Amino acid sequence: MEPFRSVRGGGARAWLAEPEAALLRNLVSQVMELVEPEDSDTATSDDPTIAALEAMLHDPGSEQTPEDPVLARLLPDGYRDDPEAAGEFRRYTEPALRSAKHQAAREMLDTLPAAGGKIQLTSDQALAWLKALNDVRLALGVRLGVTEEFEAQWSRLKPDDPQSAAFEVYAWLGAVQESLVQALS
Amino acid sequence: MSAAPAEVDLPRSEDKTISDRPWVTIVWNDPVNLMSYVTYVFQHVFGYPKKKATKLMLDVHHKGRAVVAAGAREAMEHNVEVLHGYGLWATVRHDK
Repeated sequence: MEPFRSVRGGGARAWLAEPEAALLRNLVSQVMELVEPEDSDTATSDDPTIAALEAMLHDPGSEQTPEDPVLARLLPDGYRDDPEAAGEFRRYTEPALRSAKHQAAREMLDTLPAAGGKIQLTSDQALAWLKALNDVRLALGVRLGVTEEFEAQWSRLKPDDPQSAAFEVYAWLGAVQESLVQALS
Repeated sequence: MSAAPAEVDLPRSEDKTISDRPWVTIVWNDPVNLMSYVTYVFQHVFGYPKKKATKLMLDVHHKGRAVVAAGAREAMEHNVEVLHGYGLWATVRHDK
């Protein structure tokens, strides 16, 4: 990979090898499935704003914090120590949040060439990448039980531990996202 | 995508301001979000200058959380919704 660099007039560009592009597609698709709105028929528009509105105006969603820790992190409670307010908040915001995350992932996949190669993003597309990449890192981070002592956790693993490869991917995703943040800052 | 920045330093008028203001947006520390990304989000969502955004990010990192905006309840709920869209761990609190 060649890390992201800023582009004159906004946006960013990078270069990805084919296996890197395939890895990103796979991870982003998984998160996309995970956050898929529960009643995905409700959003009929391709326009993200309209789709979010549709999701919002549709029947409110669940009040329960998701049991899956990854989903609970991607769709967190809006209130701490106030389950009633948290439930109410979730009911009215979760469908739109799922839809927004789904849309960011979709936008990333749409601008990620399957065979890798040159990536050229507008500012809006870059923002979608930032969000979608972050959701992938959150999901992976929760599954791996990543803490602030990430480097130490990683170094304690034996090289042939399957988790070690996942830590490597997690670290790589962090570097990709970091380069994109820097390119946009 | 950028929301209207929540006013932190509202001009004080005696009567209404107090009851309108006791809600805050809190961002909690988490081990995944990059420091640069959190700073970027604070700048982008709230329109904060880099210096203020960086200070808030460091507060989150070192103290475990920071109040990033204060104002009406609806505005704070909107902030939290937007921040969840970015993957930040944010909550609304009634700041009694």
